[in-house]
Amino acid sequence: MIDQASRIAYLEKIQPGKIIIWTLLFLGGVVMITPLAFMISTSFKTGTEVFNLGIIPENPTLKNYIFILNESKFLRWMLNSLWVATFSTVSVVFFDSLVGYTLAKFTFRGQTIVFVAILSTLMIPTEMLIIPWYMMSREFGWIDTYWGIAFPGLMTGFGTFLMRQFFMGLPDELIEAARIDGWSEFAIWSKIAMPLVVPALSALAIFHFLGNWTAFIWPLIVTNDPDLYTIPVGLASFNGEFETDWEIVMTASCLATLPTLLVFLLLQKFIIRGVMLAGLKG
Amino acid sequence: MFVSFWNKLSINQKLAITAWLFLAVPIAFYVIIRFYPTFEAFYVSTLKWNLLGAKKYIGLRNYEKIFADEDFWLVLSNTFKYAGVGVPISLFLAFSIAYFLNEINRWHDFIRALYFIPFLTTAVAMAWVWKWFYQPMPIGYINYFLTSVGIPAQPFLKSVHQGLYAIMAPAVWAGLGFQVIIFIAGIRAIPRSYYEAAEIDGAGRWQILREITLPSLKPTVIFLTVVSTIGFLRIFDQVYSMTTNGSGGPLNTTKPLVLMIYEFAFDEFKLGRAAALTVILFVILLVISMFQLWLMRKKP
Repeated sequence: MIDQASRIAYLEKIQPGKIIIWTLLFLGGVVMITPLAFMISTSFKTGTEVFNLGIIPENPTLKNYIFILNESKFLRWMLNSLWVATFSTVSVVFFDSLVGYTLAKFTFRGQTIVFVAILSTLMIPTEMLIIPWYMMSREFGWIDTYWGIAFPGLMTGFGTFLMRQFFMGLPDELIEAARIDGWSEFAIWSKIAMPLVVPALSALAIFHFLGNWTAFIWPLIVTNDPDLYTIPVGLASFNGEFETDWEIVMTASCLATLPTLLVFLLLQKFIIRGVMLAGLKG
Repeated sequence: MFVSFWNKLSINQKLAITAWLFLAVPIAFYVIIRFYPTFEAFYVSTLKWNLLGAKKYIGLRNYEKIFADEDFWLVLSNTFKYAGVGVPISLFLAFSIAYFLNEINRWHDFIRALYFIPFLTTAVAMAWVWKWFYQPMPIGYINYFLTSVGIPAQPFLKSVHQGLYAIMAPAVWAGLGFQVIIFIAGIRAIPRSYYEAAEIDGAGRWQILREITLPSLKPTVIFLTVVSTIGFLRIFDQVYSMTTNGSGGPLNTTKPLVLMIYEFAFDEFKLGRAAALTVILFVILLVISMFQLWLMRKKP
């Protein structure tokens, strides 16, 4: 009897409202990843099995992956995307933090003008610059080059602003002590200040990399040669070619998406914290 | 020579010179890659030019042509439809999810991850997945689901009425996770003492939500509204990838401003007209950003 009473007390503590909320949130989350689940499952199906709408492939096959990697330039596109995004991210991490640091920790005439000017670039939409960038790229022969794809994003107003905010939080005494010890300004920045803002730097790096990995309109415009396509441009070129071969298109979409998902699974806590950081400061 | 000159400088002068040295390459970058092209866009918008032939100055003729073009008004109304419908739906969903997600502990991180994952996907890749979902029977999952619960199959992307919303859905879907995370961060930043005070006053759940949670989230709501409004007004990837030949069809009913810019510039090579459209986009986005600054202004 006592057992029964304590069980009732326990059950009363679990509010039915909470259970309903939990279930709804969970189901909503399942709905959110449904498109991805079907994308992955279809990439392992054969062409005739696509009409079978079950989530688990009956005869799982790697044929689609082999086909994509042999018959299209997908591997090449992945390497292009990887290279462009890495190059651009290294540049942004270096320059945005250098500029952010200079604006936060130096005092000199014209400082405010430089800061406001860089901040004002946030108001200029990429679409407005695309036509002049294209003219510039034609002029200098940057069409169909890695440099041509990467050059617009080598520095960002947002990253500079974010890094400035974080560097402002560092104590000035630290920098002055290093100056007295005879450190060069560059060494103070790279060896003392930078290690202290690693969370912000990695958030910036992750988002810039992701942004470049998924960037579409500029790579679409500046590349004509399929050897220079990035993944999104390559995927878009399937329009028409593999239009109705859904299992092939899903395999390609999988290959485009899985790298970022894997990175997320590895760095989940870090990435979520980064979004909060960027959202609150920005 | 240089060394003796350097040694004569005061510490502050040395620091100022170092600062400008650090800024030299970035300033060159911003001038060449950001500011000069901005002015050039304004300049090109006054030209009649096909990229190869001679440039002809025509003043504001491009703008006159744009405003006299019926398609432009359709495209503009499409663009505002993406934002006007997409933003409230995303914000409402994101807030509801964040509000309740904040209260649960069991598998919190896992469920949050389910909502966040679509944010990490490539729009073009997901456009293919959604396009496939929208297919008619027997391939399309959504029509399969609808018919199995007794609702007739829908045309989705092939319909002049549904196409725009069918393209908006994956954009809302992909952006939701980001907004949820920002809302959770905002909710967590509200001081506990506010809630405790309200509970002592005997405020109910609904009252606490209306009088404490929502007003405290004003900056978060403004931030997300502006960011996602700008995002939807610039929609391109999804429309280009989901409509036949990237045309914004059927009959231009899904075409947004950026796709029209792309077509004028890179299909028809009317660069002046395209540049004038980018100036119009710039003005629209500027007004929205200014509105944000005005809303966020600190009260004296």
